[in-house]
Amino acid sequence: MAERRAAGAAAAEIVFDHVTKFYPGRQAAAVNDLSLTIPAGDICVLVGPSGAGKTTAMKLVNRLIDFDEGDIRIDGRSVRELDAVELRRGIGYVIQQIGLFPHMTVGDNVAVVPKLLGWQKQRIRARVAELIALVGLEPGDADRYPSQLSGGQRQRVGLARALAADPAVMLMDEPFGALDPITRDRLQNELLRLHDLERKTIVFVTHDIDEAIKLGDRIAILREGGVLAQYDTPDAILATPADDFVARFVGADRGLKRLALRKLAEIELESPNGVPPGTPYTSAQTTLRDALSLMLTEGADRLVVVDDDGGNAGVLTIHQVSRLLSER
Amino acid sequence: MSGGPVIPNFGEGSSCVLHNDLFCSDWFTQNWSPVLQPALVQHIELTAKAVGIGFVIAFAFAIVARRFRIVERPFSLLSAFVYTIPSLALFQLLIPVTGLTDTTVLIALVGYTLLILFRNTVEGFRAVPADVLESARGMGLTGLQTLWRIELPLALPSIMAGVRIAVVSTISLATIAAFVRPVGLGHPIFDAIQDNIFKTELFAAGGLAVALAIGCDAILVAAQRGLTPWTRAKRS
Repeated sequence: MAERRAAGAAAAEIVFDHVTKFYPGRQAAAVNDLSLTIPAGDICVLVGPSGAGKTTAMKLVNRLIDFDEGDIRIDGRSVRELDAVELRRGIGYVIQQIGLFPHMTVGDNVAVVPKLLGWQKQRIRARVAELIALVGLEPGDADRYPSQLSGGQRQRVGLARALAADPAVMLMDEPFGALDPITRDRLQNELLRLHDLERKTIVFVTHDIDEAIKLGDRIAILREGGVLAQYDTPDAILATPADDFVARFVGADRGLKRLALRKLAEIELESPNGVPPGTPYTSAQTTLRDALSLMLTEGADRLVVVDDDGGNAGVLTIHQVSRLLSER
Repeated sequence: MSGGPVIPNFGEGSSCVLHNDLFCSDWFTQNWSPVLQPALVQHIELTAKAVGIGFVIAFAFAIVARRFRIVERPFSLLSAFVYTIPSLALFQLLIPVTGLTDTTVLIALVGYTLLILFRNTVEGFRAVPADVLESARGMGLTGLQTLWRIELPLALPSIMAGVRIAVVSTISLATIAAFVRPVGLGHPIFDAIQDNIFKTELFAAGGLAVALAIGCDAILVAAQRGLTPWTRAKRS
């Protein structure tokens, strides 16, 4: 059998073009005239309260649910042009309950889509080994069954399985929702690391605004009835919420959340000359939010910032922080 | 067909046979090839055919019921009804239709396997977690691929439990088939209990039926263990 590559390794742009979905027997639309463009290689987080149609919107992309109006295009091609099964094989799919196949070993789980695509055995074996390492599992884990793994390990396998055929697009439906906070945080970081390594276009669904801010290159905030309330970068949404709903949804501490998005290394600091001795210091990798917290707990109005080589990078003052916050 | 000595010949047997002692090994040895072994082979054939045909029917209906729930109840009720008919009565009911034939025996035995095989197969499919099915669909498995690669293996423990019960109960029931046709281990048993109970033959044939049931069950357990290694995976 000829080997086929799923949809192509390079990330693809996803366009929602006036997409509407009605569920039978229900008056209101689940997704209402949704239009947004997800640039290739970006993580787009769909976030909103329950009933906002975020999971529905995500499932329209791989046609687990079919839309009624409008169109969705991946790299300019309508998802309706392709056979649904063929389409899904080219799109990584991760769900909260993970849905690993309990009768298959970890390795066999990861190999499912490559096998469906007719890859040669040797190539599959190499890819499985590569992915096991990539998602931070031990080589020996390939021969274990899902029941022998912890929740966090299982979701790592879920990630590896979705990445197996090197899809251009990944759909992730609250993948870390069932994990404890520490494991969730670790896996979020892993996802960002993986995204740097294998740049996919990711549609990520969550109801957790903090997760959205942390992971998203762009955030689409949906409101009840599947209406798009705002679609922008996390920074822009936190700085200028489109309306009261968005402002309430992102929370009263949106200023602090915004500070958490930036590290001291990204900021133009003031000259370190004339700093009184005993001024507290911190690393350039600290976020503005943590730096502010440090100033407040130390009772200082400035911090010395130490760069990665241990050198003196400059000084951050509390006035600077407030100036940055008022920037739009 | 009159295989073997229908009534023990009290004239020329050993003293054990003449006294109708509990168990005469000399009679057993002499009658193994002419009587017991053919009966055992017939019994195995009968059981295999009955469970095999019963499985095909029950499995087909279970697959249909998995997609069309409406099929489940009628088939379940029908097979439960058949199951409640006393076996001797069922044979009697069938004889006017299919006569004193192997078909009569087979129809009755198949009928008794349906309930357990159907229910266990349906239960096995139902026990497949919804998230497993969703991820299978999301990954691009077709319906048929999901059935063979995911649902069937995961339903296997339940299906095998049904097959084990069906095999053991069919081995036991098939002895009564000798009421219709002189086949299987029921034939020597019927011989042994006519007029004067000939203990050796009764124990030999009855014992073989029990041994067959235990042996088959052991083989099926081993097969299941081999086929479902994930159910025994230990957390380490």
